[in-house]
Amino acid sequence: MSDLVWQRGDLLGVAELSTAEIIHILDTAESFVEVAARPIKKVPTLRGKTVINLFFEPSTRTSSSFEIAEKRLSADNINFGASSSSLSKGETLLDTARNLEAMAPDLVVIRHAHPRVPHALAARLAAGVINAGDGAHEHPTQALLDAFTIRRHKGRVDGLKVAIVGDVAHSRVVRSNVLCLTRLGANVTVAGPRTMMPEEPEALGATVAYSLDEATRGADVIMMLRVQLERQARASFPSEREYFDFFGLTAERLKGASDDVIIMHPGPMNRGIEIASEVADGPWSVILEQVANGVAVRMAVLYLLAGARSGEETL
Amino acid sequence: MTAALVIRGGRVVDPSQELDGPADLLIEDGAVTACGPGLRTPEGAEEVDASGQVVTPGLIDMHVHLREPGQEYKETIESGTLAAAAGGFVAVACMPNTEPVNDDPSVTEFILRQAERAGWARVYPISAVSRGLEGRELTEFGAQRRAGAVAVSDDGRPVWNAALMRQALRYARHFDLPVIQHAEELQLSGDGVMHEGAFSTRLGVEGIPGAADDVMVGRDLMLAADTGGRYHLAHMSTVRSLALVRSAKADGCRVTAEVSAHHLLLCDEDVFDSGLDPDFKMHPPLRSASDRDALVSGIADGSIDAIASDHAPHHPDEKELDFVAAPNGVVGLETTLSLCLDRLVGPGVIELARLVELLSVAPARILGIPGGSLAPGSPGDVTLIDLDREVAVDPAAFHSKSRNTPFAGWKLRGAPAGTIVGGRVIELP
Repeated sequence: MSDLVWQRGDLLGVAELSTAEIIHILDTAESFVEVAARPIKKVPTLRGKTVINLFFEPSTRTSSSFEIAEKRLSADNINFGASSSSLSKGETLLDTARNLEAMAPDLVVIRHAHPRVPHALAARLAAGVINAGDGAHEHPTQALLDAFTIRRHKGRVDGLKVAIVGDVAHSRVVRSNVLCLTRLGANVTVAGPRTMMPEEPEALGATVAYSLDEATRGADVIMMLRVQLERQARASFPSEREYFDFFGLTAERLKGASDDVIIMHPGPMNRGIEIASEVADGPWSVILEQVANGVAVRMAVLYLLAGARSGEETL
Repeated sequence: MTAALVIRGGRVVDPSQELDGPADLLIEDGAVTACGPGLRTPEGAEEVDASGQVVTPGLIDMHVHLREPGQEYKETIESGTLAAAAGGFVAVACMPNTEPVNDDPSVTEFILRQAERAGWARVYPISAVSRGLEGRELTEFGAQRRAGAVAVSDDGRPVWNAALMRQALRYARHFDLPVIQHAEELQLSGDGVMHEGAFSTRLGVEGIPGAADDVMVGRDLMLAADTGGRYHLAHMSTVRSLALVRSAKADGCRVTAEVSAHHLLLCDEDVFDSGLDPDFKMHPPLRSASDRDALVSGIADGSIDAIASDHAPHHPDEKELDFVAAPNGVVGLETTLSLCLDRLVGPGVIELARLVELLSVAPARILGIPGGSLAPGSPGDVTLIDLDREVAVDPAAFHSKSRNTPFAGWKLRGAPAGTIVGGRVIELP
């Protein structure tokens, strides 16, 4: 365990985190992994703390992961979904913040379709804010759980070759992962069809490739991104068949990668579009471990932020 | 008895007469009658002491949104023209995207009546090109001209329909009206909210490529060449649009262009550094640093004719939304002059006389309105400037109803010291 004293009250993006803070979160998460193996999967750490999960955009996987993490820490939590929320489109950020504040939460977990909404709300809220995904900007807990999963498998992140493949332009997973993994010393390559690449992709801080084979050659880690099928309507790709043909990961195409390559996917997967079932279910796949580790990493984040808020770090 | 005013002891900068030096100015019955050193004060004349100040032809902001009728909670003709006077402008040309749209002489007449009542500055209404800004049917250019409109534009939106644009350029020739275009190919700008480039990539924000402007500018310049119509490009934002305009001018097209102070002084990196502050959101978006630098060279070398604020007030509550949800636009009437003096004239990017061309002579010429000169016979419209006064941009002190500026807190040297409209000294409340 690093000897860093955690002081940060919000987790808005990987961009704001130092390397030491990233490592501290990963180290802290290690101690939460075993909670899932206990017969009674609960620790009293956040007893009496209130956590609001505010999902302006539909999400099943991330919201459930946060919810389980909160419950295992004994926090009182409440979920506002996009449809059930009275906090709706058109409300000013200040009004949203005031309405939340009136419920006196300790932490607020926010997912929003627009970039930097969690940042804007954090500036207006006394409670701690965790960004659970803001548009195509950041998804810090996803990047942290990915780094955690890689580290558990490889024993390190430093020096690894990581390929991230798919709709780079519209992926928050890419942005947070490139920041997180490069900070930990990995060599990251992003790849995808040119129609799914942002303008000036080098600005992300990764090497850029335009073919799957080029990106995955010698890779220790391959992370496949979900293809959003509605993008077909916007001419990002002509057909699912053609996408799979050029950018779908098959066992055959893994031959250029490192022998002990691991395959990751943030989910939900489109089998037969970005990833073949033989790969998703094959020996290389750590996709379900990502889901399990997500709970431990989110417990670590909730624990650290709540500790910083109450000025103590007690486990 | 004639109403007379002498402006004494100032440095007169009037590029229309290639004049820059100490001189007095005599205005009688609303018009300039003499300009020269040591003028005698006629009996009963009012005197303005302009010593230490620059005296220029009244500044004209050829692109503002006054929001009235229809959105008086953002701005009114009263508050917008007061902001103009406070910012050193004697006249503004207001865009027709009000509610109702100014696509009818009754709206033009209403605007002129309200401006008259307010009395802070002259207002020149711009008619819509198309009814309801829908890009399908032309408005009555002739009736609008007769009512007082000085140009046609669908600003806020492009004239997207190429056939309609062609007809507008042809038909406007009957009335010598410029067609002012908000050049944006909507299929390319899509859902974008900031310039598409390295910073939109890092932020994961939907981008608006420079090509969204350029494709429309290119199309329009072909149509201008084809029709011989007068085309004016509003708020130029990219290096390629600049190149297209340069080339069209060299080919003899009747093309003019304006640029806003924010596109000359800010870029997409400033949007990034602001943390996506909605006060940095406007259309066209703040472009790349190289676009910005090209635009500055464009005002210096004469490729760009005018500077206009694109004053676009929005209520503070509307800018309290997140960046994507917030409306486009920033105010500029009360910042443009000081920004240009401090950032362009101060460091020697352009001469003061060139700034007066950009803010007065050229707008008057493009819109075909009186002003832009202090030669005898010109309207008695004058802007007084104090080149040494230091100001800090304080949105709370704006006369505009709105506060949406990306320049809050900027410390600037050089500021307006007063305006005179038709020989009448404007006293701010």
